[in-house]
Amino acid sequence: MSEHSAGRVPDPFTPVGAPAGALGGSELAHESGLEVKARSQWAYARIRFFRHKLAVASLVILIVAALVAVFAEQVAPYGFDEFDFEHVVSPPTTEGWHLFGTDQLGRDYLSRVIFGLRTSLWVALLVATVATVIGTVVGAVAGYYGGVVDNLLMRLVDLILVVPFLVVLLVLSQYLGHGKPLRVGIIVALLIWVGLARIVRGTFLSLREKEFVEAAKAAGAGDTRIMFRHMLPSTVGPIVVTMTLLIATAILLEAALSFLGFGVQPPTPALGKLIGEGAGEGFSSWWLVTFPGIVIVMLALAVNFIGDGLRDALDPQQRTRA
Amino acid sequence: MLTYVIRRLFYSTIVLLAASVLVFWGMSFVTSPIGFLRMQPGFSEQTIQNITERKHLDDPIYVRYGYWVKDMVTNKFGTETVSDLPIWPDLQRAMGHTLQLIVAAELLAILLAVGIGVYSALRQYSAFDYAATTFSFVGLAMPVFWLALMLQILFVNIYLWFDVRIFYVASLNSVDPGTGIHFVLDRAQHLALPIIVLAVANIATYSRFMRAAMLEVVNSDYVRTARAKGLPERRVTMSHAFRNALIPLVTLVALNFGGLLSGAVITETVFALDGMGTFFITRLNAGDPYPVMAFLMVSAVFVIVFNLIADLAYGWLDPRVRLE
Repeated sequence: MSEHSAGRVPDPFTPVGAPAGALGGSELAHESGLEVKARSQWAYARIRFFRHKLAVASLVILIVAALVAVFAEQVAPYGFDEFDFEHVVSPPTTEGWHLFGTDQLGRDYLSRVIFGLRTSLWVALLVATVATVIGTVVGAVAGYYGGVVDNLLMRLVDLILVVPFLVVLLVLSQYLGHGKPLRVGIIVALLIWVGLARIVRGTFLSLREKEFVEAAKAAGAGDTRIMFRHMLPSTVGPIVVTMTLLIATAILLEAALSFLGFGVQPPTPALGKLIGEGAGEGFSSWWLVTFPGIVIVMLALAVNFIGDGLRDALDPQQRTRA
Repeated sequence: MLTYVIRRLFYSTIVLLAASVLVFWGMSFVTSPIGFLRMQPGFSEQTIQNITERKHLDDPIYVRYGYWVKDMVTNKFGTETVSDLPIWPDLQRAMGHTLQLIVAAELLAILLAVGIGVYSALRQYSAFDYAATTFSFVGLAMPVFWLALMLQILFVNIYLWFDVRIFYVASLNSVDPGTGIHFVLDRAQHLALPIIVLAVANIATYSRFMRAAMLEVVNSDYVRTARAKGLPERRVTMSHAFRNALIPLVTLVALNFGGLLSGAVITETVFALDGMGTFFITRLNAGDPYPVMAFLMVSAVFVIVFNLIADLAYGWLDPRVRLE
């Protein structure tokens, strides 16, 4: 929808007396005695998102987590492989500021969690980005060209869906090699783009028949230009939402892989790995399992809430309701 | 209908074959099977020779694939590379154990989730509804293995502090499980925690789904009609709304159940259960492609069959759906 029509919609949230928009819609507003500010679709989306309190709180949490991860060296009280032989297997204590306790080697688990956060967030972002690019391109090509291309690509999707997910993941990491966060990320990404590809394909199938695509074709635009300059912007909403949810999936998958020993290898700490190592030290040191897990749950929850907020914000159907 | 089933099965067979070629090729491509034998400690050249001959390992890959297909069809997936022990009995036992686990977990999840979902929908925005929503959000954000470990820690420490054994935290049975009812009770005490762990994530998904379906039905016209003609509320919700709201859940459960046979890998690993997941992980770590292939085929068939059941059930329950 253009800014033009957006300005015409009576918006209950605009304070009366707000400066009138420059677009045609405001004339109508003047006549009826209402002054309505014209806003772009993005402005509306932003307003709707910021009204979703859980999503905003989650965004703050995620930003803080990202900052902590980036500045891990400065934030963490200890290094991730620094030994404190005076506090070995210590439950959470303020003595020496081992707030998350220490393991058998006297390594501070708060610091390890902070460095693990860095690895896990980096892998999750990588996974989501790579998977989104693959999913979008495959879905766009399949939906735009249709026919044989579509058929072939969708059979590939079926193939990936029919073979048990975790199994392929483990086989791939066993045989392609694992250990480096980058590799783990790419392996996971190679498998989780399929859902997004189906969504993008669906939208492209219906967009293909729209007049503006026909117009672009008549104007002589090439296929690539039509796909990515004309059709893709109309699909941004679902893509952004799916990408957010992919981050949550990636966080959980990376944790599971690392836990099973197929993910990031030591000495690099990752959140799932930390839980695995903690469990390896026996059931009495509960803190080693508990805290990294709570961080994972918080991350996944935050990302899911943001995804929810974005879904509500980017869905143009919800313009009036929000 | 019959043509639909036949066409689906035919099409699935092709996908299955393609998947098997891909995986077989992929696995042999990355580690050569003879190289795999040389990595085994303490194998004489003669042993390697024998195994190579028995498994036709020096033939080109398409010939080996052919032998594998032949073994699969005529000899129940054949034998493991090194030990030459048959694969099928192990796999069958593991499947039996996993089925016990997933059927129980699924039944528990369905019962609870249907209750929670329906009640949340009927009391939308009540305290119960918010609590259920929170539960499912947390349930979906929680790594399965973490929940499993937390429960293990909890019950081990209960045992250590109070000397009360409520649930066991590992393996399928005690060393001496007894017979008859004692055996069953022992098994239940061992399986309780894995069942809970598997059920939690499913309850989270199913109850959200059930709530949404129920809300949609409750606000539909025919339910209003039922109310308008003066039916008691209980009758309206239970026999008019509830039965239709169940239909989408049936599809979801069938789809999900198909993936569970191979999807319980993590739970089985944490609780050291002798099931499909453990079978797969140990064989994969050993590096032997043949049992891994057998596992893949069985789980993929399970997925395909339950996908088909999901679609058929939907067509059968909802007469508006036509299967073509």
